[in-house]
Amino acid sequence: MSVAKPLPHDAARLHVTGTARYLDDIPTPTGCLSLAFGLSDVARGTITATNLNAVRAAPGVVAVITADDLPGANDVSPSVHDEPMLADGEVHYLGQPLFLVVAESHLAARKAARLGKVVITPQDPILTIDQALEEDSRFEGGPVIWTKGDIEAAFRTAPKSVEGTIEIGGQEHFYLEGQVALAIPGEDGDLLIHSSTQHPTEAQHKVAEALGTPMHSVRVETRRMGGGFGGKESQGNALAVACAVAAAQTGRPCKMRYDRDDDMTITGKRHDFRIKYRAGYGAGGRLLAVEFTQYARCGWSQDLSLPVADRAMLHADNAYDLPAVRIESHRLKTNTQSATAFRGFGGPQGMVGIERVMDHIAHDLGRDPLEVRRVNFYDDAIGEGGASGADGSGEKSDDVVPEPAKLGWRERRKAKKAAVAPAVTTEPAVQTTPYGMAVEDCVVNEIVADLAGTAQYDARRKEIAEWNAKSPILKRGIALTPVKFGISFTLTHLNQAGALVHVYTDGSVHLNHGGTEMGQGLFQKVAQVAADRFGIPIEMVKITATDTAKVPNTSATAASSGTDLNGMAVKAACDEIRDRIADCLADLHQAQPSDVWFEDGHVQVAGNRLTFAAAAGIAYENRVSLSATGFYKTPKVEWDRVAGKGRPFLYFAYGAAISEVVIDTLTGENRILRADILHDAGAPLNPAIDLGQVEGGYVQGAGWLTTEELVWDDKGKLTTHAPSTYKIPAASDRPEVFNVALWEKGLNRENTIFRSKAVGEPPLMLGISVLMALSDAVATGGKTYPALNAPATSEQVMNAIIRVRSE
Amino acid sequence: MGRVEYWGEHGMSDLHKISVTINGEAIRASVPARLNLVDFIRTEAGLTGSHVGCEHGVCGACTIEVDGAMVRGCLMLAVQADGATVTTVEGFADSDFGPALQEAFQNNHALQCGYCTPGMLASALEYLRGVRSSATGPDRAAIRDHISGNYCRCTGYQSIVNAIAEVATSKAEGKS
Ligand code: FES
Ligand code: FES
Repeated sequence: MSVAKPLPHDAARLHVTGTARYLDDIPTPTGCLSLAFGLSDVARGTITATNLNAVRAAPGVVAVITADDLPGANDVSPSVHDEPMLADGEVHYLGQPLFLVVAESHLAARKAARLGKVVITPQDPILTIDQALEEDSRFEGGPVIWTKGDIEAAFRTAPKSVEGTIEIGGQEHFYLEGQVALAIPGEDGDLLIHSSTQHPTEAQHKVAEALGTPMHSVRVETRRMGGGFGGKESQGNALAVACAVAAAQTGRPCKMRYDRDDDMTITGKRHDFRIKYRAGYGAGGRLLAVEFTQYARCGWSQDLSLPVADRAMLHADNAYDLPAVRIESHRLKTNTQSATAFRGFGGPQGMVGIERVMDHIAHDLGRDPLEVRRVNFYDDAIGEGGASGADGSGEKSDDVVPEPAKLGWRERRKAKKAAVAPAVTTEPAVQTTPYGMAVEDCVVNEIVADLAGTAQYDARRKEIAEWNAKSPILKRGIALTPVKFGISFTLTHLNQAGALVHVYTDGSVHLNHGGTEMGQGLFQKVAQVAADRFGIPIEMVKITATDTAKVPNTSATAASSGTDLNGMAVKAACDEIRDRIADCLADLHQAQPSDVWFEDGHVQVAGNRLTFAAAAGIAYENRVSLSATGFYKTPKVEWDRVAGKGRPFLYFAYGAAISEVVIDTLTGENRILRADILHDAGAPLNPAIDLGQVEGGYVQGAGWLTTEELVWDDKGKLTTHAPSTYKIPAASDRPEVFNVALWEKGLNRENTIFRSKAVGEPPLMLGISVLMALSDAVATGGKTYPALNAPATSEQVMNAIIRVRSE
Repeated sequence: MGRVEYWGEHGMSDLHKISVTINGEAIRASVPARLNLVDFIRTEAGLTGSHVGCEHGVCGACTIEVDGAMVRGCLMLAVQADGATVTTVEGFADSDFGPALQEAFQNNHALQCGYCTPGMLASALEYLRGVRSSATGPDRAAIRDHISGNYCRCTGYQSIVNAIAEVATSKAEGKS
C-alpha cells in the first residue's frame, strides 16, 4: 500500500539531476518572441501623453502594445474586473504596467521598455493605512463587522482590561522561480499557454476574455512551479494574457519572464495589517470580551483582498473560545501593489492579533503566557487522544471514530487497510467560533500538553529566567503558540475538484487532476492515492501536467485544499474504474464484485490471482471502459460572508510550536535558538512530505515576523525590490535545534482522503511563536509591555526595548 | 549546441569567440561581452538545470563549478569562462560526491519545488570537498554556514542540512 509511505517527491530524481523542466526550460519553438512591460514610475496620476517611438525604434523590437491596441478585455483581475493589464488613463501604483514590448530577446525587450516616455500628471498617492483612512479609500464601502455575545455588557463586568495596537508587515513570496508564461499559437486561433500558475483555469478564462475567444480555444498547461505560496494564484494572469495577446497579434510564440526586480515591483504581496485590540478578562486570565479592529492594506485593486480580510476575521479567535467578541475589518485601498494571496491568506494576521492579546494579558497579570492561553483554549472535542475517549462531560460523542485511542496513525494504518470510516455525526454544538461554527474537532489542549511535555517547556522557562538574571546584555525568551486553521475555501463553490484517470492495457495508469504542483508534493500524494486504489506500485502511475483540456473548470490550488479536493476526485475516478474491472471479472468467474481484491500489483478473484495488467487486458477485451473522470465536492460547508455566519470550513488543522530566542539588548539583534513543533496532519498521506511542509512553513512564518521587511518610500516606490535588500531566512537563520514532528495521534474526524489533514498553510502560523518569544525576551528589560511590532527586525526589537524601559 | 539567442543591439562585431568545456564537452561559441555565464549555459549549451533566481548574486540558484571553484553563474560573464572547465548539475553525477549527494537529497526530502536544488548541490559539493574528517560527526553549524548563501524558500533547510550531514558522515567513515 502506497498511502502513508514517506516516499520522496515524485520529481526528486529529476531535480537532483537538473532534468526537471520548469517553464523557462521548455525548448521554445523557433521565432519565439520575448516580452517586457514598461512600468510606471509614479504611484498615482493621470496619463496625459504617451510617446513610445523610441521603444518601437529600439533594436530587436517587433511590436509595442498599449491599452488601446488590445483586442478584448483589458483585465487580469481574479475578482471584479478592476485590474487592467495595461494602464488605461489612470495610474494606480508605482510599478504598474503601462505598455507591453514584444521583442526578439528578453534583454532587447527589457532594454526597450525603459525607453518609453509616458507623461503622467501626478496626484498625491494614498500609501499608508492612515492616509487611506483619512481619504476613506476602501473596498466594500464601510468596514465589515461581526459580533458574538453582548460585548459591552461583558466589558462592563470584566475585572481587568488591556488595549493596544500591533503593526504587522506584509511579505514578499520570493518563490525562487519568478513569474513566467509562454504562449504558442496553433491553428484556427487556438492557443496553448504554459503558465507558472496555481490557477490554470483562471489563466484560461482571462486569456479567453482578453482575446474575445471561447475558452475552448485556449488550453493552459502547468507542469510545475518553482514555488508559489499564493503568489501565483492571480499574479500570473498578466503574463499569460500578455503572451496570448502578443502571440495573437504577431502569430509567433511569445514568452514573458519577470526579472526579479520587476517581479517584486509589479506583483502583490501578503497584506500588511494594523490590528487594534481591547480585551476584558478575569484575574485568572480568562477572556470575557475582545474587540479587534483590523486594518488591511489591500493595494490598488481588489484582487483577493475580500476573502483574505474575511479569513483574518475568521482566525481572530485562533484556538481560543471567545465568549463575547466584536471584529471590525477595514479593507483599505492604497496606491501600492495589489496585495494578494500568501500562504495563510489573512489567517496569520488574524492569529497574530489574538496571540498578541494573550501575551499582553499575561504580561499584565505577571503570569506565564502559556497559562493564560490554556485557560482560554476551546475544549478538546473528546477527552485525551483527540481521536477517542469521552471527556466526561457527556456532551461530545466519539462513538463514530473507529480506531482505538492509544494507537498512533502509523499503527492504526496498519491495523486497518483501505476501509474509510463513516462520516462523523455531530452532537449539538457546545462551543462556537465568533462566526457561529461549532468547534467539534478541537485537539489543541492535548497537542499543547504533548509538546510542552516533550520539549520541557516549564523547566526551560525556569532555566531561562535564571540565565537571564545573570546575563545583563543578552536575554533569552521562550513562547508556545497554538494554531487552529480552518480548511476549505470560504467561497463555498470553489470547494470542488475533478480528475481524469486512464488505465492502459499494460496496467500502467495515467493520472490527471486540477491541482497544480508547486513543490508541496501534491502530485505524489495524489499518485499514492491512485496506486493505493488499484493496489499497484507507485511507479505504475504517471503523473501528468495540469491541463485545462483534461480537467476543466478547476479551482486554484490554494487554501491548503489541493490534496483534500484532488485526492478525493482521483479516488472517485479510480474507484469507478476499479468497480468496472471488478464487475467484469466477477462476471467471468461467477463471483461477487466485492470478492475481487486489488493488492500488490495483482487482482484476486475466486481463487485466481492475475496481474493488474492482465486484469486490465481482460476488461479491455470485454469492452469495459478503462477511463473515468472523478469529481468531488466538499460536504457540509455553507457560509454567509455578509452576515459572517455559517460553517465555512469542513474541519480545522491544529499544531503548536515552542520557540526560544535570544536578543542583544544593546543592538536589538536576535536569533532563534531552538524550535519544537508538533503538528496535526491527521493520518498523513505521506509523512515525509508533510513534515517538509511543517518545517518550511515555520521558517517562512518566522521570516515574515522577523527579517522580512518591506519598505516603501514616500513616493510609493518599493525600495526593497530584490533579495539584496529584502531578507528571507537563510540556512544560518533557522534554529540550531529544530525538533519537528507530526502528531502521532492525529486523525481527521471528517471523512477526508484517508483521514488526512491539509498541511500547506497551517504550519506557517507556527512561526508566530518566534514573535512571542522575542516579546518575552524584551519584556525582561523593564515593566512596560513591549508591544513589539512585526517584522521584529533589530530596529523594532530595539524600539521595544526602549519602550519597556520607559515608565 | 542550443539555439542562438538574438543578440540584437550587440551586432556581430561585438561578439567574442570563446571555448568552454561544460560537463566534459568542448563548446565553441561567439558571445556578446555582457552575456552572463548562466544565460550562456542555459541558452547556448542548452543545459537548463542551472536556474536563475535573482540575477544579482544573492539567491545562489545559479551556482556552478568553474575550474574547481563554485561561482555564481549570474555574476560571471561567459567571456570570462573562456578556456575554463565548467561543471553544472547535469554533470554532478560524474563528480566525487555528486552521486552520494543526489541520493541523499532524494532520500532526505531535501527539496520541494526543487528550484534551489542544483545550486544547493553545488555548494554542498564544495563543502564536502573542504571538510576534514572529524571524529565528532558532521558539523551541522558549519554546513548551515556554508550553504547560507543559497536560498531555499520551501524546505526550511532542515532536510538539506540532514542530507549533507549524511554524506559528510559517510565520507568520514570512508564510504565515499
Ligand atoms: S541567480 Fe545568481 S545568485 Fe541568484
Ligand atoms: S525547494 Fe523550493 S526553493 Fe528550495
